[in-house]
Amino acid sequence: MSPVVRLILKRLGISLIVLVGVSMLIFAIARVIPGDPARIALGPNASAEQVEALRERLHLDEPLPLQYAYFIADLAQGDLGVSLYTNRPVTTDIAQFLPATLELIIVAGLMMIMIGLPLGVLSARYRGAWPDNAIRIVAMLGVSAPSFVWAVILMLIFAFFLPLFPIAGRIADSFSVPSVTGFLLIDTLLAGDIRAFGNAAWHLVLPAFALALSGIGQAARLTRANMVETYDRPFIEMARSYGFPERRIANRYAFRPSLIPSLTIIGLDFAALLGNAFLVEAVFAWPGLSRYGVAVILRKDLNAIVGTVLIISAMFLIVNIVVDLLIALINPRIRLSQRS
Amino acid sequence: MKRTAAILIANPLSALGVALVALVVLSAVFADFIAPFPEHRGAVVDFANFNKAPGWPYLFGTDLVGRDLFSRVIYAYRISLMLGIVVLAIAVPIGVTIGLVAGYFGGWTEAVLMRITDVFLSIPPLVLAMSMMGLLEPTLTNGMLAVTAMWWPWYTRLVYNLTRGEKEEGYVLAAEVIGASRLHVVFREILPNCVPAVLTKMTLDLGFVILIASSLSFLGLGVQPPTPDLGSMVADGAKYLPDSWWLTVFPGMAILIAVFGFNLLGDALREILGVDQ
Repeated sequence: MSPVVRLILKRLGISLIVLVGVSMLIFAIARVIPGDPARIALGPNASAEQVEALRERLHLDEPLPLQYAYFIADLAQGDLGVSLYTNRPVTTDIAQFLPATLELIIVAGLMMIMIGLPLGVLSARYRGAWPDNAIRIVAMLGVSAPSFVWAVILMLIFAFFLPLFPIAGRIADSFSVPSVTGFLLIDTLLAGDIRAFGNAAWHLVLPAFALALSGIGQAARLTRANMVETYDRPFIEMARSYGFPERRIANRYAFRPSLIPSLTIIGLDFAALLGNAFLVEAVFAWPGLSRYGVAVILRKDLNAIVGTVLIISAMFLIVNIVVDLLIALINPRIRLSQRS
Repeated sequence: MKRTAAILIANPLSALGVALVALVVLSAVFADFIAPFPEHRGAVVDFANFNKAPGWPYLFGTDLVGRDLFSRVIYAYRISLMLGIVVLAIAVPIGVTIGLVAGYFGGWTEAVLMRITDVFLSIPPLVLAMSMMGLLEPTLTNGMLAVTAMWWPWYTRLVYNLTRGEKEEGYVLAAEVIGASRLHVVFREILPNCVPAVLTKMTLDLGFVILIASSLSFLGLGVQPPTPDLGSMVADGAKYLPDSWWLTVFPGMAILIAVFGFNLLGDALREILGVDQ
């Protein structure tokens, strides 16, 4: 077994344990709340018999560990229960809203990497000079406001005062795109409709950038910090004494060792993207998980809350496994190491 | 102490940080004297002056029921700051203790404690706090509880990593050799060496707690009206963009200023205390 495969298997194992823990934690939180979930679901006008019937159906009268066992047994069959708010299976609800959220998060994640890392490299290369100071201030401002504030400000400037971008939604109503994957950027291409693709992409710019801003700041700050440290290493001095141009030194010798810690942090920052997507979606009326999530939380819809949190946590764990895989592939010490 | 203060003022960025933090803290403490309309922090209405653009005497304009936005922002600072302090006062001791114990004792203790920490860390913080807030009643106390529940694991992680490094140091071995108790080693030998890193993180986090708490109330899952809160002010005002822009822009900028200030200060402390990122 190659070391990379072994590492991934180990990470998968740990993630599975953590995921079981997450399910227990969120299950425990959902069941210790004051009030009867069945009564809340049916409303004050339901009869005592109706409430009792629902309690029976949800296994609410069984002891907690048994309730958890029922929950896991259902989960193993891909069944997260029925949402008391929409009266549909939670998996159906999530499958409907998740693609819009994922599309937003993935584009924001790409922006974070493609803008944040180069800014960090520039900052480190010109450390102490004005580009460094400017980038550091911008990066710190980026992390200093919640993404809903950035969303509101970007919308005010670039959608209202300068009407460059659309104010809300995923795509103009005039386009009808058959839903295949739920990802509009992919569905429009599958339909061969370039104008619809452009329109969907146009709608994505402001929300994705608002979501990415704090991550861009974070990525830039970390890359800079790591590179500044690398600059003190002897191999940089060696490269300099060979007379290599500064640009090559920055991009090849100082950046590469810094990429690994930066990638780790970007993986962890995905948690922020997943959470903050709720905020940005609310501002831009983005038809994703946000409205559903907030609605089910306000209605104490237990199955839907547990399901949503579980899916979000699973996505976070998967992203971090992918990041670990990337790091294993990049890092020659792991990639080339022999079985011991 | 004097030297630290001198270094803080010498660098323009950290001086700005000090100034912003002082601005936020002073306006929170002296809100009763600074706010021109102290009664506007509660549920009062003044329909004669509703939705007024910024000007005199309403520096930030008025909201849809005629309350002075400037006064409300000042009082919101007081609540945000209090929330931040309470959250850290509970989360830091819990997180630090667990981190110390897991890092020093190792073995099964470490495995169990750190897996539990991992569980908390693998639910995106905002999502965890959101679901807790939804399931509990949305009050200020529950808000603090929800944010605390998501905050302690970060201190556990930080102190755990520090402890694992410190535990091999000569001074720890020396203490162990002369027969110091394990409790003594953990709390009297290792803990003091974690203080600079923890202190730096606390400064940064005071800003981030304010940020997360405002995010919760932005979604309607935090502090409830009529208590003034920066997040819910932005949420209420967002419906009236772009015409009543002041309803969102000023509370939004208020969050930015507070978090930016604590960030600058935290960064400056990090450099002065020599803490790695």
